[in-house]
Amino acid sequence: MLMFIVRRLFAAVGLLLVVTLATFFIFYILPQWGGESIQEMARQYVGRNTSPAALQGVIDRLGFDKPFFVQYFDYVKGIVVGTQYSNGTSLVQCNAPCLGYSFRNYTQVWPTILQYFPVTLSLAIGGGVLWLGFGVVSGVISAVRKGSFMDRFFMGISLTGVSLPVYFVGPLLALVLAYNNNILQVPSYTPITQNAGSWFAGLLIPWFALAFSFAALYTRLTRGGMLDAMNEDFTRTARAKGLPERTVIFKHALRAAIIPIVTIFGLDLGSVLGGAVLVEKSLSLNGIGSLAITSIGNQDFPTVAGITLFGAFFIIMANLIVDVLYASLDPRVRVS
Amino acid sequence: MNTEDARTGARPFLDVRDLHVHFGTEDGLVKSVDGVSFSLERGQTLGIVGESGSGKSVTSLSLLGLHKRADRKGKGGARITGEILLDGEDLVSAEPARVQELRGNKMAMIFQDPLSALHPYFTVGSQLTEAYRVHNKVSKSAARKRAIEMLDRVGIPQPNSRVDDYPHQFSGGMRQRAMIAMSLMCDPQLLIADEPTTALDVTVQAQILDLMRDLQKEFGSALIIITHDLGVVAELADDIMVMYGGKAVEYGPAKAVFSSPEHPYAWGLLGSMPRLDRPVLDRLVPIPGNPPSLINVPSGCSFHPRCGFTELCGRYSAIGQDVCSTTVPELEPTAGEPGHLVRCHLPVEVRRQTFDEQIRTHL
Repeated sequence: MLMFIVRRLFAAVGLLLVVTLATFFIFYILPQWGGESIQEMARQYVGRNTSPAALQGVIDRLGFDKPFFVQYFDYVKGIVVGTQYSNGTSLVQCNAPCLGYSFRNYTQVWPTILQYFPVTLSLAIGGGVLWLGFGVVSGVISAVRKGSFMDRFFMGISLTGVSLPVYFVGPLLALVLAYNNNILQVPSYTPITQNAGSWFAGLLIPWFALAFSFAALYTRLTRGGMLDAMNEDFTRTARAKGLPERTVIFKHALRAAIIPIVTIFGLDLGSVLGGAVLVEKSLSLNGIGSLAITSIGNQDFPTVAGITLFGAFFIIMANLIVDVLYASLDPRVRVS
Repeated sequence: MNTEDARTGARPFLDVRDLHVHFGTEDGLVKSVDGVSFSLERGQTLGIVGESGSGKSVTSLSLLGLHKRADRKGKGGARITGEILLDGEDLVSAEPARVQELRGNKMAMIFQDPLSALHPYFTVGSQLTEAYRVHNKVSKSAARKRAIEMLDRVGIPQPNSRVDDYPHQFSGGMRQRAMIAMSLMCDPQLLIADEPTTALDVTVQAQILDLMRDLQKEFGSALIIITHDLGVVAELADDIMVMYGGKAVEYGPAKAVFSSPEHPYAWGLLGSMPRLDRPVLDRLVPIPGNPPSLINVPSGCSFHPRCGFTELCGRYSAIGQDVCSTTVPELEPTAGEPGHLVRCHLPVEVRRQTFDEQIRTHL
C-alpha cells in the first residue's frame, strides 16, 4: 500500500510538471505563435502608453527574448525557489512558490491566490458535505423505495438541479430567502477565525446553490449503483444470512455502490477548489473563481496562469487521493 | 417421504404443501411454482431436478423467504400461498422478522456462483463471522475462532491466515468451500444448495459433492440440492423431485426414479444425459422444444407440446384423443415403489411397457 502511494505521488509530480509546461506554453508562447510580437506581449503587462524603453525593460525582466526552454526553466525554477525580476534599474522580488508577478497590481500571484483561497475552500467544504450527503441519502431512499412517491420526488429535484444553472439558482435563493424574507443571511464571507457563526450563516445560500446543482448527479449515481447492488448475488447472500434489512442495505449494498461516487466526489471537489466561478461571481464572493474572471478582464496574464496552475494542482491531488481511496475501498485494486 | 413418520403420525421436519409462488408482471401472471408439495427429514437429502425456468430455484428461495412479497393488492413481488412447515412452524404466514431470525440460523443456503455470492469488498472471515454473530451473541474473537474452525472443517488450507483473505484471493473451489462454511456457521438443520457445483470445474465438483455428503452426515441436517445435473442428485439424493413448468411431474425415492422413471419428461432427461459407464451406442436424444413460458403455461399437461406419447395417452383415455392438452394430470402413485408419484395420463401398465420396450434400451 505504501509503495502504491509513493508510486502515485511520483506520477502526480510528473503530471504537475506537464501541466506547468502546458500552462507556460499557453500563456507565454502561444501568443507569439499567434503573431504577437514580444513588444506587444510586454505591452499587455504594463499598459498602452509605455515608452519603448520601458517596454524593453519588461521584456528584460520577464525574459521574453530568451529561448523557450530557458524561459520555461526559469518559470519552474521560480516556482521551486523563487525568483527576482530585474530590468537593470529596479528589482522585483517574487518568493517561492513564485507563480508569477502581476505587473498590473504590483503583487506576487501566490499571496494573492492565498488571500482569495479561504472563500473558495469554505465554499467547497460546505457545499461538498451538503451535496454528497444529500445526494447519497436521497439516492439510497430512491433506490430502496423505487417507484414510490419519494423516489419520484427526489428524481424530480435532481432533474431540476441539473436543469437550472447555478447562476440562476444562487441569486434566486438569495432574493427569496435573504433579501425579501430575511430567513437566511445575505451571502457574504467572514473568515471562520473571526466569527464561525457568521462564516456559517453567510455561506449557507452559496452552499445550497452549489449543492443543488451538484447533488443531482450524486442522487442519480447512488440510485443507479444501489439498484445494481441490490440485485447482486452478494446482497441476496447477506439476506440469506438473516441480516436485518438495514445492514443489508447500508453495509453490503451501499459499500458496493459507493465507489464510483467517491471517484466523482474527489474530482468535483478538486475542480471546485480551483475556483467555483459561477457561484462566486453570481453571489459576489471573492474567491479564486472571481479572481480568475477579474484577472482575465484585466488581461493580468501572470495571475490567470497562476490560477490555472493552482486549479490543476487540486485536480491532480484529488485524483491522487481518489486513487488511494479506491485502493483502500476495493481490495481487488490493491493486488494488481 | 419417510415411512416411519407415516406410521407414527409425526410431522416431517420440513413439510411443503401445495406451494404456489406467482409473480405479477406487466406481461401477466408468472406462475413460477404452481402447487408443489414435498417433505424431508433431518439427515435426508432431496434432489430437485429440472430445466432452467422449471421453478426449482424459486421454490428454494421461497423456503428461505428471500422473495420480496407482494403488497396487499398483489403487486410488486411474489404472491406466495400454501404451507411451508419447518419443524411444525409455517413460514408462509410467519412474520418477516421471524423468518429473518430463522434464516442463516435454522435454515441456510449455498448459492450457485460463489464469486458473485460472496461480497468482493469484505474478507472471507468477516463475512463468516457476520453470519455467526447475527444469530449468536458472542465476541468478535469467539466468532473468528468459529470461522477458522469451519474453514478448517471444509478443507481450506492454513485457515488461520486465509481467514483474512478476500474472496478474489481464493480459487473457485475454495470459494465454494468458504460459502459452505458460511452456511454451516450456525449449525442449520435445513441446508439448501442451489446448483452448488454448476460454476465449478469437473474435478472440483466431485470434491465439493464429497464434502457436502460428509458434512451432512456429520451435522445431520436435511439437505435440498437443486440442480439440472442428474449426476449430482444420483450421488447424493435419497429422494428426487423432477419439476417441469412449476409443477412436480415425478417424485419419489432416488433409486426408483433412476431405475424406473415413469414420466416422459424424466425419460427425456435421462436420455439426454451422457453415460460414461457404458459403451456409446447412439447419439444422445435431446428433448425437443423449449421449456414452457410460465405466463402462458400450455393447457392440460404442461409437457404435452414436447411429449412424444400424447397419441398413446389419447388411445387409452376415457376422455379421448386430446386428454393431454385439455386435462391437467394429477400427481399419483405408481404401481412400483411406495412413495413414487408421477403426473402423467398414461396408464401405469402402458407406461411400464413403453419404458421397458422403447426407453430403457437407449439409456
